[in-house]
Amino acid sequence: MIAGLGLAALWLAAALAALQLYAGAMAQRDGGGAAAALVRPAAVVQGLACAFAFVMLLWLFAVTDLSVKLVATNSHSAKPLIYKLTGAWGNHEGSMLLWVAVMALSGSLIALVERRLPERTMLATLAAQAFVGLGFYAFLIFSSNPFERLPQPPAEGLGLNPLLQDIGLALHPPTLYFGYVGLSVAFSFAVGALLTRQVTPEFARVMRPWVLGAWVFLTLGITAGSYWAYYELGWGGWWFWDPVENASLMPWLAATALLHSASVLAARDALRAWTIMLGVVAFSMSMLGTFLVRSGILTSVHAFAVDPQRGAFILVLLALYIGGALALFALRAGSVSEGQRFAATSREGALVFNNVMLSAILAIVLLGTLYPLLTEAFDVRVSVGPPYFNPVGAIFAVPMLLVMAVGPLLRWRRDSIARIQRPVVLIGVILLAAAAAALAIGGVDLLPLLGLALSAALALASLMPLRRRRLHRVPLSVWGMVVAHFGLAVAVFGMASETAFSDERLAAVAPGETVRVGPWSVTLAEVLPNAGPNWTAIEGHLVASYRDGDPVALDPQSRSFWAPVQETTESALATRWNGQLYAVVGTAGDVGAVTEGDVRRWQLRLWWKPFVTFIWYGGILVALGSALALVGRVAADVKRRTVRARAAERRAEVIE
Amino acid sequence: MTAPADRIKAKHQRLVLVIIALVALVGAGLLAAWALRSQASYFYVPEQFVSEPPEPGRAVRLGGMVEEGSIRTMPDGVTIAFVVGDGKARVPVRFSGILPDLFVEGSGVVAEGRLGGDGTFVADNLLAKHDENYVPRELQEMTEHQRRDLVAEAEDGA
Repeated sequence: MIAGLGLAALWLAAALAALQLYAGAMAQRDGGGAAAALVRPAAVVQGLACAFAFVMLLWLFAVTDLSVKLVATNSHSAKPLIYKLTGAWGNHEGSMLLWVAVMALSGSLIALVERRLPERTMLATLAAQAFVGLGFYAFLIFSSNPFERLPQPPAEGLGLNPLLQDIGLALHPPTLYFGYVGLSVAFSFAVGALLTRQVTPEFARVMRPWVLGAWVFLTLGITAGSYWAYYELGWGGWWFWDPVENASLMPWLAATALLHSASVLAARDALRAWTIMLGVVAFSMSMLGTFLVRSGILTSVHAFAVDPQRGAFILVLLALYIGGALALFALRAGSVSEGQRFAATSREGALVFNNVMLSAILAIVLLGTLYPLLTEAFDVRVSVGPPYFNPVGAIFAVPMLLVMAVGPLLRWRRDSIARIQRPVVLIGVILLAAAAAALAIGGVDLLPLLGLALSAALALASLMPLRRRRLHRVPLSVWGMVVAHFGLAVAVFGMASETAFSDERLAAVAPGETVRVGPWSVTLAEVLPNAGPNWTAIEGHLVASYRDGDPVALDPQSRSFWAPVQETTESALATRWNGQLYAVVGTAGDVGAVTEGDVRRWQLRLWWKPFVTFIWYGGILVALGSALALVGRVAADVKRRTVRARAAERRAEVIE
Repeated sequence: MTAPADRIKAKHQRLVLVIIALVALVGAGLLAAWALRSQASYFYVPEQFVSEPPEPGRAVRLGGMVEEGSIRTMPDGVTIAFVVGDGKARVPVRFSGILPDLFVEGSGVVAEGRLGGDGTFVADNLLAKHDENYVPRELQEMTEHQRRDLVAEAEDGA
């Protein structure tokens, strides 16, 4: 019954999307006034219908209706309610439904409140959104129906895997999906503006909150994913250049470029065609990311439930959207007239430079990610890792960070280096001083050295836009920029410091013995067995002290699960303000524990990672900065609108 | 700069921007192509590894079966030596670190590392099966190949 309602709502939403697309397209022709009146209501109801379908799915999971296949395979009546609910999107079908529901609700929101653009452009935008939505509805209904019924309901559900009962794991995928939805809305705006030849600053202002919102979620998603891989995989790394990681990084790079070029378009009416192009690219990258993750076409350390057939479906959608958008761009780009001009040394110039650098980094990551697929066509199997991504990416990232330090100090349109000579010299001095300090410490490779120097210079430079200003009068959007740029400096510092100064010790240790790693001395007290609801483990009890300070207890485990059979290494961390101690204990197999005489020795792997936590603090700061900018922009828009509405009212009164 | 020259320059601003962007992107593409050829890590099976070994020091991956009875722990307690074979050739491997979960004799492994000076493969990282459902893809394909080979051998023998 509930499942039937959900499926009916999904069909209704799909039909409304078709209507929205048809009416929006008709409205583009002269005399399409009747059709035009249908578009916004269709978008609103479509959003409600799709949200209703998702609520029905939540309900099915809440009451554990085992006659629904998705519930039977992913849930269990004994689960806590919160994990029953998160289980609704902890699987392929449910997560796609969540994505479509959020996308449809975004469409409703635009249809309800967005009136700044010419109506034809808005209708074209909503039609483009309906077009994207239709593909996803088809995907859901024909290839991954979340409401599929089982002829014989099982007595109990299969999904009681405690591994998946983790609140972080429950929130991570939706975070990325919200980011992807934001980019799809930006894409629809770009298509609408291109179709109706309305690539204006107003268009950029309307699109910008969506890009900012997408960027907040993508940044948070990447940061959380990185930390998860760091402590869960037990390899001590925070970025592996794994295809799944790249799949989330590529939309982020494109969105970063889009965000900045949209700012130029909004403020200065320049970079029109370029902004449109980036809107298309950013959405393409989020689709490509979904395809790579869902199809399992590339080998990944993040083991994922994958399905090649669905991958093929997404690939077709991808080709349709991207091919269509690029064809449209090729046809219409010529009609987008050239925007305002600017000198090379200007805010625009710096932003263009960084846009090009970001695009180049995106190209590097994209080629590196797809290269194994390419060679496989010739039956050569390769993998691409840090030796490629790190240096080649840095060739473009280093100039980008340098220009990023100076760019915000430049004026729009035309400026001279002479005017900002003093801050630039100061930044340069800090850069060289930090590099010299890192050299003095010694043993630092080129890339981390550059990272340390750049992060110091960038941290200072990011605060410079605030100098000689009254802090309480600085607009929120400027604060957003300052915080986000500062956050990037913090993250770069964390990465460089971790790479440059990490200390690693691998040792076979008998209970009672002490190992030194960096400033820590770590004593293995004992190794004891431990057990959980579906696992057994050996647990090392370590006592660590930092520079002979108070002892800290660390209990890393090596766990064996029996349903499904799986072994995991549970790392243990001791966090200080200036870094983390990371401990892993070797498996209890015949090899991991070494017997010598009567004393049993255990493998211990220890890392001291100075300032590694700054990577994630930085990521959070970046997200916070973009959230501030988003709030600032939306608040300013609302204010402007109410002022305008009030003025219109007054004018109406005068006329009366 | 004089005013007319400025105007001419400004008129072609979009063209200039497009050219700069194209040059940067093509440059990035060429750089990527060159770096990928030299930095991508190739996958070897033991037979290939013995017949045409990679240059020592170059990062490659080696996939095969951990030979029964070949795992030995070195006196330092953290270095493990074992032999990876595919029925046609055998490659000695040395690895220092925590062994991956489900790394056992007679099962498949992919070792990331490089050829050492003494003909031993020095692994930085070992990938074994994560769990019953997840097998590194190379490993999966390899075992299928081997199964086919075994069937073929058995048929030849019969």
